[in-house]
Amino acid sequence: MSDEKKPNRRDFIFTATAAVGAVGAGAAAWPLIDQMNPDASVKALASTEVDVSSLQPGQSVTVLWRGKPVFIKRRTENEINEARNVNISDLKHPEKDEDRAKNPEWLVMLGVCTHLGCVPLGDKGEYGGWFCPCHGSHYDTSGRIRKGPAPTNLEIPNYEFVNSNTIKIG
Amino acid sequence: MSDHNYTPSSKFGKWFNDRLPLLTLANHLTDYPTPKNLNYWWTFGGILTFCLITQIITGLVLAMHYIAHADLAFSSVEHIMRDVNYGWLIRYIHANGASMFFLAVYIHIFRSLFYGSYKAPREIIWILGIMIYLLMMAAAFMGYVLPWGQMSFWGATVITNLFSAIPLVGESITTWLWGGYSVDNPTLTRFFTLHYLIPFLILGLVVLHIWALHVPGNNNPVGIDIQKPSKDTVPFHPYIVIKDLFALLLFMIVFAFFVFYSPNILGHADNYIEANPLVTPAHIVPEWYLLPFYAILRSIPDKLLGVVAMLSAIFILAALPWLDTSKVRSAVFRPLYKQFYWILVIDVLILGYVGAMPAEGLYLLIARVATAYYFLHFLLILPILGKIEKTTPLPLSITSPVLGGSADLAMAKNTDVRKEKL
Repeated sequence: MSDEKKPNRRDFIFTATAAVGAVGAGAAAWPLIDQMNPDASVKALASTEVDVSSLQPGQSVTVLWRGKPVFIKRRTENEINEARNVNISDLKHPEKDEDRAKNPEWLVMLGVCTHLGCVPLGDKGEYGGWFCPCHGSHYDTSGRIRKGPAPTNLEIPNYEFVNSNTIKIG
Repeated sequence: MSDHNYTPSSKFGKWFNDRLPLLTLANHLTDYPTPKNLNYWWTFGGILTFCLITQIITGLVLAMHYIAHADLAFSSVEHIMRDVNYGWLIRYIHANGASMFFLAVYIHIFRSLFYGSYKAPREIIWILGIMIYLLMMAAAFMGYVLPWGQMSFWGATVITNLFSAIPLVGESITTWLWGGYSVDNPTLTRFFTLHYLIPFLILGLVVLHIWALHVPGNNNPVGIDIQKPSKDTVPFHPYIVIKDLFALLLFMIVFAFFVFYSPNILGHADNYIEANPLVTPAHIVPEWYLLPFYAILRSIPDKLLGVVAMLSAIFILAALPWLDTSKVRSAVFRPLYKQFYWILVIDVLILGYVGAMPAEGLYLLIARVATAYYFLHFLLILPILGKIEKTTPLPLSITSPVLGGSADLAMAKNTDVRKEKL
């Protein structure tokens, strides 16, 4: 075939066939790819309720939600003050403590380091909050990243107080 | 190739071979002309084949007893260790076999680097080798997850979280890899499936690797092209077969030492604690053979760039045939490259060492310098070196320096003929 030749009927048929074939192959591949996404039973475990009535100020509890640890911390006055009196512009990922803990006494967040997913240790680190032993990220009493390789603050999941003693996560 | 017109002697053989030329293939493999100056560094191809087959056979047997479920995996491994007949032996061979496999592959790779085996016309062999190496790392990583100990779980968490560094789609990809919102049972079952699949992919690539090798033939310590077959070559069988077997025997002594005398020295005690998603071990380290890349990952303070650097450190190897601009293959005739080669070896060893240490203070500084040097070697030193280095003269053939009365290659320097060769 010479290069100057205009596309003819046959070229059109080839292209159209290839296009339809590609769409078909894609459609056939999708179920094989999507089966790896979270299944219905995993999604069904999307929320969990925690009784926090026994927690005293300064104490915390770690619960499992969607296979991940969630820290629920009842903060002391000092810890709240420390978290609220930080100059926001000093933060790597600027967030107000007021936005992170709607009820200042209760801090609820994912216990998953935003670097590579380890579980930080409580009441440790240079900012009196959490410290991740894997690659050395320091979080403050609001769970905000202050030092180390983690890019963002510890994530706050959706949660609400069902009543004064129970928190529903998810 | 000389063996295309091979005719089997028996009548049945001839009948069969006309229909499926397996005997021609067997004859090619026995007669395959090999440079006669191959040294013991060339025996690691055979050793690696042995390692792959060992892993496949022991792995098959382990899969008969192992249960890929988050609640049962850990105890099924203990069941293999305590109850299954010779289970301890088979599992220790499989676990240490992975380390032996990597030991051999690193020697094999560094042999290529020293003797320039990756250069034209062997680029495809080299790239296939890098693909095999990548698959080996994937298989080793997933295999390490299967016992569902603390290191398994947290190693899997850290490595799969690397994908979350990808902008925009990172989180979705990680969730897709996990099949949930964290490493859990769906992750374990798919890792088991892939861990079972990958060795057979490697086997396929090994066939291509050897096929691609048999087109130009082996490189050799002198690194010059040879006529084959000629007086520079010997048939693969029995010469190379016997040499490979002897080397394999020595290798198996080392292998057996680990299996029988220190089967856990290359592992981590933490992996004998069952996986617990609420507690991260104080010090997470990958297996020794991944440490240099782990050091590169941690040396970069940015999450995404750290991942990019780590992957580039591997993929840069695939571009090596084009980064190294020198026409001379063997480091024997490259006085400067030889020195940089050994600096690179030390650099990689340093990376491996700091990869096992906490990422702070002096260790972090060393890791950063060593990471920078690693990339410098491939991206700057090699391209420039090929242009400015004054190489020493190559011998005419691999036989000529020997026939000159001395095995010393340098004595060939005084012949003028060889200058035009370069």
